[in-house]
Amino acid sequence: MKTEKMTIVHHERIAKNIYQIRLAGALVAEMNEPGQFVHIKVTEQANPLLRRPLSLCDINKEAGECTIIYRAEGAGTTLLAKKRPGEMVDVLGPLGNGFPIEAAKTGERALLVGGGIGVPPLYELAKQLVKKGVSVTVVLGFQTKDVVFYEQKFAEFGETYVATVDGSYGTKGFVTNAIDDRAISFDVLYACGPKPMLKALEQKFPDKDAYLSLEERMGCGIGACFACVCRVPNSETAYKKVCSDGPVFKAGEVVL
Amino acid sequence: MNRLAVQLPGLSLKNPVMPASGCFGFGREYAKLYDLNVLGAIMIKATTLEPRFGNPTPRVAETPSGMLNAIGLQNPGLEKVMEEELPWLAQYDVPIIANVAGSTMEDYVEVAKHISKVPNVHALELNISCPNVKKGGIAFGTVPEVAAELTKLVKEVSEVPVYVKLSPNVTNIVEMAKAIEAAGADGLTMINTLLGMRIDVKTAEPILANRTGGLSGPAIKPIAIRMIYEVSQAVSIPIIGMGGIQSAEDVIEFFYAGASAVAVGTANFIDPFVCPNIIAELPALLDELGFDHISECTGRSWKKGGPTVYCGA
Repeated sequence: MKTEKMTIVHHERIAKNIYQIRLAGALVAEMNEPGQFVHIKVTEQANPLLRRPLSLCDINKEAGECTIIYRAEGAGTTLLAKKRPGEMVDVLGPLGNGFPIEAAKTGERALLVGGGIGVPPLYELAKQLVKKGVSVTVVLGFQTKDVVFYEQKFAEFGETYVATVDGSYGTKGFVTNAIDDRAISFDVLYACGPKPMLKALEQKFPDKDAYLSLEERMGCGIGACFACVCRVPNSETAYKKVCSDGPVFKAGEVVL
Repeated sequence: MNRLAVQLPGLSLKNPVMPASGCFGFGREYAKLYDLNVLGAIMIKATTLEPRFGNPTPRVAETPSGMLNAIGLQNPGLEKVMEEELPWLAQYDVPIIANVAGSTMEDYVEVAKHISKVPNVHALELNISCPNVKKGGIAFGTVPEVAAELTKLVKEVSEVPVYVKLSPNVTNIVEMAKAIEAAGADGLTMINTLLGMRIDVKTAEPILANRTGGLSGPAIKPIAIRMIYEVSQAVSIPIIGMGGIQSAEDVIEFFYAGASAVAVGTANFIDPFVCPNIIAELPALLDELGFDHISECTGRSWKKGGPTVYCGA
């Protein structure tokens, strides 16, 4: 974990309000686990003040580059979206504990489920799983057709299904509807997305080996501020920090 | 001569810069990033008698040049802090200022009595100004008579000097400071966060689960400066200043207002290396401003002779 001014080498809009940014820097050498994130300061000014936690989508060690996909929504990400190649951003990372690749054995099948802006970290995960000889099936959920991204990219790794809430693309409804539409068998489940989605998956597959990546508002991103805590089952005071104990937890480890 | 060394009640500081309570946990996360020995002191996270989970999430919300937090004094409780956190911190040659919180006066007294006996705890910081808990906290920090009574009770049991952390959420902070000084406090720390709120434009719901939270960061710096300026002229006990400090220049500004040391809070979240960076930059800034020692800066804005003439390049 370090801070570095990384250089933007590529930046493009890939769907409505969804941007893909590629950063170059020495920090990439430390990036290993899919599901880890970086904490980005988009301006040297005091406003917006805080860093933005953004998950790693692709790690390219040979090129010394990493790719991040984010939604331009608030003050920070909107400002980030205006940055041009050649400009620098202040990056703290890599942070958190990612998806355990070792949970899926060679020859097994993993189901990867992503919701909205929770989709990106699954890309590096799919890449690493396939490299290891694990088969992947991917189910991606989005609100509408105009925010769908990376369907083709995932399709290179395995069967990929898309659901949209309004039915404008793929299965109408949620990722769980897309899963119900097909009898998908798998050994390990990996998921990232909004809490209701993770909860639905946890309830749907109570006996499966499942790893869930949580999203939460963060302060420091390193475990010091206690902003992003979640409860541990059967305890009044026990907790886990999403930033430093997670963001990936084994299903059942924390209360969703 | 160490130009940054500062002597305060109970505290022999190699430099006047320390992380503020609640912004540094118990130091473990930052110890992975740099050697904590460089710090003047460490103000540890508020400790209560029993473990506390704190408030539901979301606990933070960003504001223009600041942030709101409503953590709710989450901490592992007195026993764990004394058995695990403080002994771990003892590996560093850094005095610890233990932030003490509670729901009742008895809670404060009990925590103070025990935690002040730990060898590396050199001072207490009475947290009578947390805006995020329903009972205690700020309630003790807004009525001068109550704050004075609590200060007196804690002073009776504490083995180390007692600093009281003032809330800015009062009409007359000077009156509060004087009452606490008269009750026997050894020093003041100021300011805690300002009570604030944000509402989501789409949902019309408050962003924080606790609805309100404490505002911190550069946004509150002018308020901290003004309050330290007023209080330092009215009391004779030293002040550890805090509220939006991000740079060595900010540190000097707090000293000019009347502080004798400073704490850095929210800035740790943005730049985890901010404390060591500020400490490293201070000597050059003293040179630029023409000071031999940082203590010469304390109260410079109101002491006779007026402010120093800036003679930098």
